[in-house]
Amino acid sequence: MHDDAVFRALADPSRRRLLDSLHRSNGQTLTALCHGLDMTRQAVTKHLGILEQANLVATRREGREKLHFINPVPINEIAERWIGKFQRRQLSALSALKKTLEEKRP
Amino acid sequence: MTTTPGSSYVYVTYIRTTQERLWDALTTPEFIRQYWFGVTITSDFRKGSPWKLELPDGTLGDSGQILESDPPRRLVIKWRNEWKPELKDEGYSRCVMELEPSGEAVKLTITHGIESGQGKFIEAVSGGWPKVLSNLKSLLESGKLALTAAY
Repeated sequence: MHDDAVFRALADPSRRRLLDSLHRSNGQTLTALCHGLDMTRQAVTKHLGILEQANLVATRREGREKLHFINPVPINEIAERWIGKFQRRQLSALSALKKTLEEKRP
Repeated sequence: MTTTPGSSYVYVTYIRTTQERLWDALTTPEFIRQYWFGVTITSDFRKGSPWKLELPDGTLGDSGQILESDPPRRLVIKWRNEWKPELKDEGYSRCVMELEPSGEAVKLTITHGIESGQGKFIEAVSGGWPKVLSNLKSLLESGKLALTAAY
């Protein structure tokens, strides 16, 4: 079942940080991804492999560089399976409220 | 295509179907309307032909041209927003659709990038592609839609 691979890949904080980094800046090289994240090149390579297997990261060759892109399609499928049928707007209003309240904290 | 950060997105999905069926799904207006929330695409999908996307209310949403057409493997569309001035100002984007056999499925890769602007257009479409692709996959695999309306 493909969902298993997605959940396994997401179950690791380092891999979630890698996805966060790609979400901020899509299409990064391995070197760019290592930079700024407190991880060895070897660890990043391993985690990227698992993310790629789960189809959460797609890669493209451009000249001599390999660029990494976050692929949101599997996460969207999971979201639609459990959340899509509820009122998405209310949910996003709630998460916006939570965000605002949390940002106001001293 | 340049690689300015944030100006290019890649979407990948694996669909249990054949390359030919997927190609038809991507290039048949009556079929597109079902998984793409009622938009109307007009094009004959031949190299050099015009391409346009109309919203369900008839507004011209986007327009452009077919840059490459290699059925059932590769389609490249030159694509510009037409209804939001700040997005139209960014000029033409390039949308590459690649279909590759992968076991019992077909791997569909959509790369949508733009060379100019602040990447606002690409960001605007980034919310839409995952929904359109989930719907397309669902329709081809089970005959049912995942979502009947965009939220």
